[in-house]
Amino acid sequence: MNQILIDRDYCKGCGLCIRACRQGVLAMGKERSKGDYLMPYAAAPEKCVGCGLCELFCPDVCIRVEKKEAGHA
Amino acid sequence: MNTSAEKYIRKEALPFIFCPGCGHGIVVNSFVRAIDELNIGENEMACVSGIGCSSWAPVYLKFDCLHTLHGRAIAQAEGLKTVQPDKRIVVFTGDGDCVGIGGNHLIHAARRNIDLTVIMMSNYIYGMTGGQKAPTTPFGASTKTSPLGNDEEPFELYPLVRAAGATFYARASVTHPVQLKNAIKKGMEHKGFSFIEVLSPCPTTAGRNIFSFRTPAEMYDWYEEQVVVLSRAVPEAPEGKIGLGILYEDNSRREFCEVLAERRKEAME
Amino acid sequence: MAKRKTRECGPMLMQGNEACARAALAAGCSFMAGYPITPATEIPEYLSREMFKSGGVFMQLEDELASINAVIGASWGGARAMTATSGPGYTLMQEGISYAVETETPLVVINVMRGGPSTGQPTCSAQDAVMQVRYGAHGDYELIALTPSSVQEAFDFTLRAFDLADRFRVPVIVLSDEVVGHTREKIRIPEEVEVFDGGYQGVTKDFYRPDADGVPPRLEFFTGNKVIVDGQLHNEQGLRAGTEADICTALIQRLSHKLLDHMDEIASADTYDTEDADVVLVAYGSVSRTALAAVRKAREAGIRAGLLKLNVIWPVPEQLIRETCRNARHVLVPEMNTGEYLREIQRVTGADKTSGFSSIGGRYPTPDEILTVIREVVRS
Repeated sequence: MNQILIDRDYCKGCGLCIRACRQGVLAMGKERSKGDYLMPYAAAPEKCVGCGLCELFCPDVCIRVEKKEAGHA
Repeated sequence: MNTSAEKYIRKEALPFIFCPGCGHGIVVNSFVRAIDELNIGENEMACVSGIGCSSWAPVYLKFDCLHTLHGRAIAQAEGLKTVQPDKRIVVFTGDGDCVGIGGNHLIHAARRNIDLTVIMMSNYIYGMTGGQKAPTTPFGASTKTSPLGNDEEPFELYPLVRAAGATFYARASVTHPVQLKNAIKKGMEHKGFSFIEVLSPCPTTAGRNIFSFRTPAEMYDWYEEQVVVLSRAVPEAPEGKIGLGILYEDNSRREFCEVLAERRKEAME
Repeated sequence: MAKRKTRECGPMLMQGNEACARAALAAGCSFMAGYPITPATEIPEYLSREMFKSGGVFMQLEDELASINAVIGASWGGARAMTATSGPGYTLMQEGISYAVETETPLVVINVMRGGPSTGQPTCSAQDAVMQVRYGAHGDYELIALTPSSVQEAFDFTLRAFDLADRFRVPVIVLSDEVVGHTREKIRIPEEVEVFDGGYQGVTKDFYRPDADGVPPRLEFFTGNKVIVDGQLHNEQGLRAGTEADICTALIQRLSHKLLDHMDEIASADTYDTEDADVVLVAYGSVSRTALAAVRKAREAGIRAGLLKLNVIWPVPEQLIRETCRNARHVLVPEMNTGEYLREIQRVTGADKTSGFSSIGGRYPTPDEILTVIREVVRS
């Protein structure tokens, strides 16, 4: 299963990663970032296909997908 | 942080000053990917900017940064480039900075065809100062200095910059970050005045004043509907849509620093 | 200090403007961006050929805004960079000067003063940019202004300007005027000149950490330093510190003190018969030659007059002025303006014993006119 890492220090909760994801992996959560923004989280990480669109769309370069080798999503 | 960002972003300058959902952040994101793919060394490039949200970009990059005055980025970049002609000089600017107060420097630098890559982040507004109208604001749009509706037509940037003499013009959008990265790469590789117009939404001021979007995602959805990625199959944007792609490239014109080098050679003989 | 050979040396006859241009090349200036404006135009015209011969860059840009900014960019590219202008053009450059002051960018501006205000009298001389040079750009700061009075000084002071700019990381203004710029005189150019070459050789993250003299390292781009140059008030690493009053206060104070604490190195003046003088004239630029002639005539007429000729007017060399004028009963400041530098002298020597003599509107003072004023002053 891929891991989605969101940096709590820099996330501003803009939600563009949620918009970018075509698989419905991400959703807005209840945890707050360091800047006191509501943060997204990987609600359905098993659905992640590792396309990296969330990484491309993040205006704060603070989301990263760590792809896991064996098997698949 | 993704690997390109790890390599090229100055951590001590973080967090980005950009608002949540600001397109400029995606431009920086795409830029670090572009220079990673081009394998740009730390002493190979310098970044110059003016004043405005867009002009904060170079501060976050691990390269020599010249954060100049409103409208003067291109002028300072020209001085830097002519004394270091082998280096890549990238100008980060905004629509107001580049085409408003900086307009004169823009058209003359284009006329000279000096080898600069200008990444102009256009959000149709003056964002840093709170949302006043810009030379790109649509007619009738409501902003802090046009509450009754903008009384001016905006510039048509592509004809303007091309007529001034630019030998490379690309239009990109942060709704299409891969094409944006590719446009940046092509612009940087082009030897001559390269202008990249990037549609980069401002959810905070333009989003609220000109439009009435309540979230960045809503605004990006709307932007995505306005643009069309041009290709061989779709060479021109249909009526009412904005075309994205390399709109113009000319490799036949002399580049300014090359001319200076010729003059120097002749004079020194 | 490094030695540089001049391209052409020996005794020559030339205009002040050409002397400035030759001095720039002698100093190793390799970038000039300018715009035509009377009475400075001969400088870009000369350099439009000679700069290329020296392997440098000359650009005639679209306006003075572009010029001063291109000079700043070139300076960070490692070049000794300059521009030349007058009245309205110098006014356009103020934003750039403020930026150069705050970012501590070394550069030289030759301002050949002409009649003002506004378009004024393009072909007549004046000294009406004196206060502007000091206070024209916004912000609290000091900078250095040199006032040549002859073609030889136009050469010598321009040469020195580049050194001062690099030494103190500050914009330096060569405040010439139309008389100096357009007069042709004999000048002697040495075979070799010495220039300051103390550039920073290492790599640092503390771009703006001052040394013992209050001056940060002279950095260049593309040397591995990845410098952040920003017009916003910043910390020593170049990052914006606008909300931190301590850091900003310290920076603003340092920008002035790096010069004020080194007036012994910066100040330069010549004195003529001031030791026993009853009346001391304080003058600068082309007027100082007229003043000297008047002082000589006064002495012949039995009046104990002397002249303090200032070669650097900003920062104000207060100690020098105070000491030279201490025993004088009167101080007289002849200028081609309505008393711009008079105010500074009065501040130092006391308004009671200090008065001015204004020649404006394109009227050049004559030695006899100044002598008349000296007599009046002595009588009262």
